[in-house]
Amino acid sequence: MTAVGSSTKVVLGGTRGGPDVATLRQDRWWVQPVVTVSILTAFVIYSTWAAFQNKNYYVGFDRDLISPFYSPCLATSCEAGASNSGFLIHTPGWFSPALLILIFPLGFRLTCYYYRRSYYRAFWWSPPACAVSDAHASYSGETKFPLIMQNLHRYFFYAGLVFNVLLTYDAIRAFRQPGLGFGVTVGTLVLVTNATLLWLYSLSCHACRHLCGGQVRSFAQHPWRHKFWKFVTPLNAKHMNFAWASLVFVALTDVYIRLVASGAITDYKLF
Amino acid sequence: MSDVTMRVWRGDANGGQFEDYTVTQQEGEVVLDVIHRIQATDAPDLACRWNCKAGKCGSCAAEINGKPRLMCMTRMDQLPEGPVTITPMKTFPIIRDLVTDVSFNYAQAEKVPALLPPPMPADGYRMFQQDVERGQEFRKCIECFMCQDVCHVIRDHEDNKQYYAGPRFFIRYAELEMHPLDTNDRRDLIREEMGLGYCNITKCCTEVCPEHIKITDNAIIPLKERVVDAQYDPVAWLGRKIRRKTKRSAEEAAVQPAP
Repeated sequence: MTAVGSSTKVVLGGTRGGPDVATLRQDRWWVQPVVTVSILTAFVIYSTWAAFQNKNYYVGFDRDLISPFYSPCLATSCEAGASNSGFLIHTPGWFSPALLILIFPLGFRLTCYYYRRSYYRAFWWSPPACAVSDAHASYSGETKFPLIMQNLHRYFFYAGLVFNVLLTYDAIRAFRQPGLGFGVTVGTLVLVTNATLLWLYSLSCHACRHLCGGQVRSFAQHPWRHKFWKFVTPLNAKHMNFAWASLVFVALTDVYIRLVASGAITDYKLF
Repeated sequence: MSDVTMRVWRGDANGGQFEDYTVTQQEGEVVLDVIHRIQATDAPDLACRWNCKAGKCGSCAAEINGKPRLMCMTRMDQLPEGPVTITPMKTFPIIRDLVTDVSFNYAQAEKVPALLPPPMPADGYRMFQQDVERGQEFRKCIECFMCQDVCHVIRDHEDNKQYYAGPRFFIRYAELEMHPLDTNDRRDLIREEMGLGYCNITKCCTEVCPEHIKITDNAIIPLKERVVDAQYDPVAWLGRKIRRKTKRSAEEAAVQPAP
């Protein structure tokens, strides 16, 4: 029994009311964790498989489409035409270029406030749902290593912005069809949608909202930052939607380009 | 009208058990109405707190079917079929039946360093509407303490009460930290002694708030980001050095007097 330091007398360890059970909830509280585990596990398995494939990530014949998992392609092992950068890291031919870059989008999502909520609940059961007991005997939250590293989220946000610019460039490149001129294909729309969703996910990020204007004490003294803050705040309210939509769509984009690159389907030209 | 079984926790610090009461549920009733009928008929010694019956005093917070809710705002016809389970808030020590000792929260309230405005300018203090609006949401809090109750940091780990202020007080800290006339810097205090890092933003506080305050998005996460500014961001640290701005230590912030 320990007293909390204040003039109000508080005793810790008092007897609690109610039965000693994990939860008295009668609704299907377990549905949300199950759905989260299913989607995130499927994404991790697919993206790991795709990252190690080291093939079928670029369509360079009549089209200019690159998978977001492999862009920017910075390795000497990149397929011909896939890299637009003069900067290439020397790698052996078997090395997948995706492995050089995926840490940044992965880190951005791993430290994202919304995903933290989701995986702490679904994978770590801390807690699995509201008013359902934590699965762990002790708890220190994000005060110790490694979880204290979640505070690096804003750096991954900055890196994410760089990736968004590069993936937007990829989407613009997708309008170009080598040998045929300018046009719009299904692949173009896929890359444009992917870039749009990633921008929405980044701009709705809590760190972005803070850096835009949330960190100031007085909006009146910072009118421009107040304007930015007011722009991103409604987006922030939809952060969960953008998080899931962009996650699923980035995988679908890779699937589409992989199918086109392998010759399984043709990238249909719209106009 | 139909009969419903109310499974109510009866007991005190020496122990307790559920007792079933079968009562007639009338159209439009809330859980608190039915509890009052039980008091009037079957169990006059059943203890529960209540005051306004309008969702504005926060007194009648309890756990209905395992979830923290205000008894006066929970309609009986919106609950699923079957017995309705009513227990006291789990996080706080029981006094009797549905009444708990919430003085942990008052102790935390005492620790909040007060607003510390600068010396009064000749033409008085001025607040602009956009700054007034920012803190309006936080002032809706009715102190029902359901956010504190549902927060697993102290609900499932009693020891953490020594190191953790809880969502209700993070709202208060956020309101003060966003106040344009406040000169206190509580960021080190919030990190070191109020346990902001214990919050893993699972948003249960937001889910149960009867005033629909976006506790996590608008108070806790902005506070976490401010702590990052103060503690974990070398770019922000460099900016402070260049502009020669200093922040107060937790100790200094904790002893700032009220004006």
